Amino acid sequence: MKMTGAKMVTQSLKNEEVDVVFGYPGGAIMNVYDEIYKQTDFEHILTRHEQAAIHAAEGYAKATGRVGVAIVTSGPGFTNAVTGLADAYMDSIPLVVITGQVPTTIIGTDGFQEIDAVGISRPCTKHNYLVNRIEDLPKIIKEAFHIAATGRPGPVHVDIPKDITAEVADYLYPSEVNIPTYKPTVNYNKKQLKRAMQAISKAKKPLLYVGGGAILSNCSYDIRELAEKLNIPVVETLMARGVMGHEHPLLIGMLGMHGEYAANMAAHETDLMISLGARFDDRVTGRLDEFAKKAKVIHVDIDPATIAKLVETNYPIVGDLKVTVQGMVNTASDFEFNDYSNWVALLKEYKEQHPLRFIDSNTKIKPQWPIVRVGELLGEKAIISTDVGQHQMWAAQFYPFSYPRQWNTSGGLGTMGFGLPGAMGVAKAKPDNVSINITGDGSILMNIQELMTCVESNLPVINIILNNNYLGMVRQWQTMFYENRLSETDLSVQPDFVKLVEAFGGIGYRVTTKEEFDAALNDAVEKKKVAMIEVIVDRNEEVLPMVPNGHALNEMTLLGDNNE
Amino acid sequence: MNNFNHYYDTDNARKVISVIVLNENNVLSRIVGLFSARGYNIDSLTVAPISDSEYSRITIVTTGDRRVIDQIVKQLNKLIPVLRVNEHFDVIEKETVLVKIPVDQNLSDVDVLARAYNGSIQNVTQDCIVVSATDQPQRIANFIKVIKNYNPIEIVRSGVVAMER
Repeated sequence: MKMTGAKMVTQSLKNEEVDVVFGYPGGAIMNVYDEIYKQTDFEHILTRHEQAAIHAAEGYAKATGRVGVAIVTSGPGFTNAVTGLADAYMDSIPLVVITGQVPTTIIGTDGFQEIDAVGISRPCTKHNYLVNRIEDLPKIIKEAFHIAATGRPGPVHVDIPKDITAEVADYLYPSEVNIPTYKPTVNYNKKQLKRAMQAISKAKKPLLYVGGGAILSNCSYDIRELAEKLNIPVVETLMARGVMGHEHPLLIGMLGMHGEYAANMAAHETDLMISLGARFDDRVTGRLDEFAKKAKVIHVDIDPATIAKLVETNYPIVGDLKVTVQGMVNTASDFEFNDYSNWVALLKEYKEQHPLRFIDSNTKIKPQWPIVRVGELLGEKAIISTDVGQHQMWAAQFYPFSYPRQWNTSGGLGTMGFGLPGAMGVAKAKPDNVSINITGDGSILMNIQELMTCVESNLPVINIILNNNYLGMVRQWQTMFYENRLSETDLSVQPDFVKLVEAFGGIGYRVTTKEEFDAALNDAVEKKKVAMIEVIVDRNEEVLPMVPNGHALNEMTLLGDNNE
Repeated sequence: MNNFNHYYDTDNARKVISVIVLNENNVLSRIVGLFSARGYNIDSLTVAPISDSEYSRITIVTTGDRRVIDQIVKQLNKLIPVLRVNEHFDVIEKETVLVKIPVDQNLSDVDVLARAYNGSIQNVTQDCIVVSATDQPQRIANFIKVIKNYNPIEIVRSGVVAMER
């Protein structure tokens, strides 16, 4: 069938069973938007900034496990989207991002809204394409979806010149993809797995160190089964919150710079670290040459380049995490495992000695309290997105996550401004849940315009601003490491957040007591409209425990060490 | 820079890597961009299409310790248009150099030198001659050192091509 390049775009999105696209029109992408106007196969949500379109697609992808799709125009449309691409790349989120480009005849002449988009997106995408011939367009979109979703997932960028979207050609959407140079390893090496299982069976203090890969490969319940079967304790990274569920007896906690005491001690003392879909990020390991110093390392990852990138690996296993963990569960009966109950008991003791806690107050709201309270009131019903900073760490520490994909945060890139658009994607994907964005007074202003999108597209995101009138995380570092010189972190001058959200057509609440918070949250949930709950919290609360930069994980500053 | 080198053999070594890539837009920038983004060295790089195929061979000479070389190979393999990465251990390496020398120099000396390095005089004009030499890279480096005594106007090296023995 003959059709224009623009029609091919919408048609191939239909073939990929895309049901929602986030985007923003502009000159070079207008032909595609004309086709979007004419079709009813998918919904288009107009964000108010291109960065937000990408973050919303990320939120959608994270909540559903499907490929998120965004469409923006050339030049500034694309450059605005770059932060989103980089964010998705760092967290391995599957996206297909389609951008307009100036016509092929103009490329290279510094045309209006021209920029070398594939040159810019190359280091922050898994792969990218500049479409040179209309005949290639269906194949490229098919490949883009395949590459985004398979192997280690990631964003794929497709740049389409305007004349290509106007040209007409035969549309043949390929039924399958065959890229001879791209064959991710799914199945693990059986010999390697056997060696690893032997090592586990002989270890005295094995530890499952679980990362975001567990969410991406949908194997949280397999990991729970593995842990239970062998009685091995588990620590989660920031990206893996929800894998074990907060009530699981073998979950020791989150490790890392703001990890729980017991989890960091577990990493410090283990003699066999079993890394499942984690990548030894510097915010997890602290000082690297001290990290898991007593341990041999089993590293399971679908990306071979992650293995032995930072730490020596004794048992590397390349493969899909779900397939591999199921392989571990299924072969477990071939081995006789040590009894690890003393080790588990020791870690439980650590947990009792230094539980994750904060000192609540009757006069002020401590910033951790609203997070705990949302957990009590909404629990499993809420899906939590965050921005980046102190509130993000408190949410990771204190929210009672009970299942995978309940947690949507910008981990690798640490993008302030991710929360609101990210939560919009969640709200679209999971309309029966409550999409909560826990944010700070700094972060929320970085994509505040998205309140308009929420109102227009009926996305009832509840933004909970933990307002401490500071750029809190930077302020904390300034207090601890810069002799309290608060360079440009005092945010005393602020908008009236209630009026602000009302101006967009949402509902605002300003909360100074616990009772007001409960009332505001209940009201916001009931009204099913975009809402902003500004909670005035204790200004000087610190995120603790904290492993100072360059220190080993066991060298934590704990609550009560210096500021009780 | 790396505080974790104690895990590895930290001796920096020269390494020849050949990368077989699909002939397509942007592929060279993907390779070169990877090296600059991750802080790896490129000492030499040559590209040419492989005849009767849709692939090209890129030969890269780099320097790094074991960990860096491992990462280079793995990161290259991750690029979508890369078919294969060969880390060479036992290779024949060849490099060609062209040198332009003024005619007032002792040309018979130059000719003898070039011959000693599998080369010859390639062109003669009123003002200058061009000689070539083709040899192993370290011998080419030596040739260049000596030929500098003859006031060369211009020296152009080809970069290294390599083949496993």
